[in-house]
Amino acid sequence: MPSIAASTSQPVSLWRRVANQGATAFAILTAVLVLVPLMAIFVYLLIKGVGALNWAFLTQTPKPVGEAGGGMANAIVGSGVILAIASLIGIPLGIGSGIYLAEYGRNRFGDIVRFTADVLNGVPSIVIGIAAYSLVVVPQKHFSALSGGVALGIMMIPTVARATEEMLLMVPNAVREAAFGLGIPKWRTTLSITLRTASAGVITGCMLAFARVAGETAPLLFTAFGNQFWNLNPNQPTAALPLQIFVYAISPFDEWHNQAWAGALILIILIVGAVAAVRITVSRGRLKGA
Amino acid sequence: MGVGIEVRGLNAWYGKNQALNEIDMKVPANHVTAVIGPSGCGKSTFIRCLNRMHETIPDARAEGDVKVGEMDVYGDGSDPVEVRRRIGMVFQKPNPFPTMSIYGNVAAGLKLNGFSNRKQMDELVERSLKLAALWDEVKDNLHKKSGASLSGGQQQRLCIARALAVEPEVLLMDEPASALDPISTSKIEELIFQLKQHYTVVIVTHNMQQAARVAELTGFFLMGSLIEYDKTEKIFTNPADKRTEDYVTGRFG
Repeated sequence: MPSIAASTSQPVSLWRRVANQGATAFAILTAVLVLVPLMAIFVYLLIKGVGALNWAFLTQTPKPVGEAGGGMANAIVGSGVILAIASLIGIPLGIGSGIYLAEYGRNRFGDIVRFTADVLNGVPSIVIGIAAYSLVVVPQKHFSALSGGVALGIMMIPTVARATEEMLLMVPNAVREAAFGLGIPKWRTTLSITLRTASAGVITGCMLAFARVAGETAPLLFTAFGNQFWNLNPNQPTAALPLQIFVYAISPFDEWHNQAWAGALILIILIVGAVAAVRITVSRGRLKGA
Repeated sequence: MGVGIEVRGLNAWYGKNQALNEIDMKVPANHVTAVIGPSGCGKSTFIRCLNRMHETIPDARAEGDVKVGEMDVYGDGSDPVEVRRRIGMVFQKPNPFPTMSIYGNVAAGLKLNGFSNRKQMDELVERSLKLAALWDEVKDNLHKKSGASLSGGQQQRLCIARALAVEPEVLLMDEPASALDPISTSKIEELIFQLKQHYTVVIVTHNMQQAARVAELTGFFLMGSLIEYDKTEKIFTNPADKRTEDYVTGRFG
């Protein structure tokens, strides 16, 4: 077709070239701008924190004031325990309510749940800490990892629920119809077909919620409370990395300041590591072309 | 073996809009029956009423008497899930389960209905894929490739295999080839011709040549009513109703 050949062989106008390159440059620039803060934080943490990082830091408990050395091993493990409890509460409840919203919630009650979840998402984390304090700490009369886990778990629910809902709604209706057409009951279709089809997005939502609460300090102040010693009992006051960083950062000692930097570095590495581990595990199971 | 279908006084609605008017139709066992008509005439609604898929749409409902073999589809205590297990369906657009392997797709109906005998399942999957004329193309990648990685025509045959694996008595096909290229279409048509040995097939089609090629009986729908239902040859060469004649000769629709 000569007419098309003629039109494509014509030189592209100067304006179009400039506009094209300008748009590309703008897109690259914004992408870089997104990366800069994260890289800046990470590099800064490396510079400040790597000095105080050593084997003792990862394996020992804090030393009494005035003594050099010691570490945050108990806080690292404590954070793990609290986050495990939070995930056990937040992920099942969040996914469950997300399923309700997407598959059954086209009604007034669903609207109320949706609205509540959005409000809960906006509640300041310290307020959630107070709620967990009065729900768990006051009746038990002592601080505990459990109450910290409850606080963080409550914070995870709305994020997980809304992410699950969005992801399930993205699954084409044709997929559900295919399952119904095979005589698969609706509950089974939802769990084994729809949720499975949306699983990559749902897992991403869970990891986002996890990463967000992993760094929370305020809700732990009067729930997990912190602890200078080893404690593996979830029903006792427990150290957590963000708490330990907070206490050390506002202390008057240089040594503790350095340890706070190292703690922050470890916290970021652990969060990135956990998210990456889940991603790798999930993508292992993916099939060709899925 | 397939069973016959007997429809009497079937009405269907979407909210307040009536989509089907008093349909009476007898579909013989182990035959291919085509349903033709212009867009919006109710032909898809009709076959979706046969396995109670119609009511999965919000506000949609159906009333009437549908017997599939001995089963009373709209009878008291009839379970739509059980109805759909015995009446398979293939949809207009291929809709494999995207995160499942080829094997997983074919086995899905069995697995999720609690079937767990691995050896028998392997046999059923192989048999279904062979019936759907897909076995040779996928046998080396059954577990490795996802259903979504196949071509459109292969996906549709995968969906047919998936529907056959649960061993239905009737297979409903809602414009199964309309999203496919001519070569895939002819493969599907050939397949439909083979399938009637084991199943009763009802196929909705937009394509009148297709109806003429695959079906022994053809029903013509217009505005929610069954206008004429007869041997395919008769419908296309010597229809009794003027409206049928206008449609099959391309004067409207």
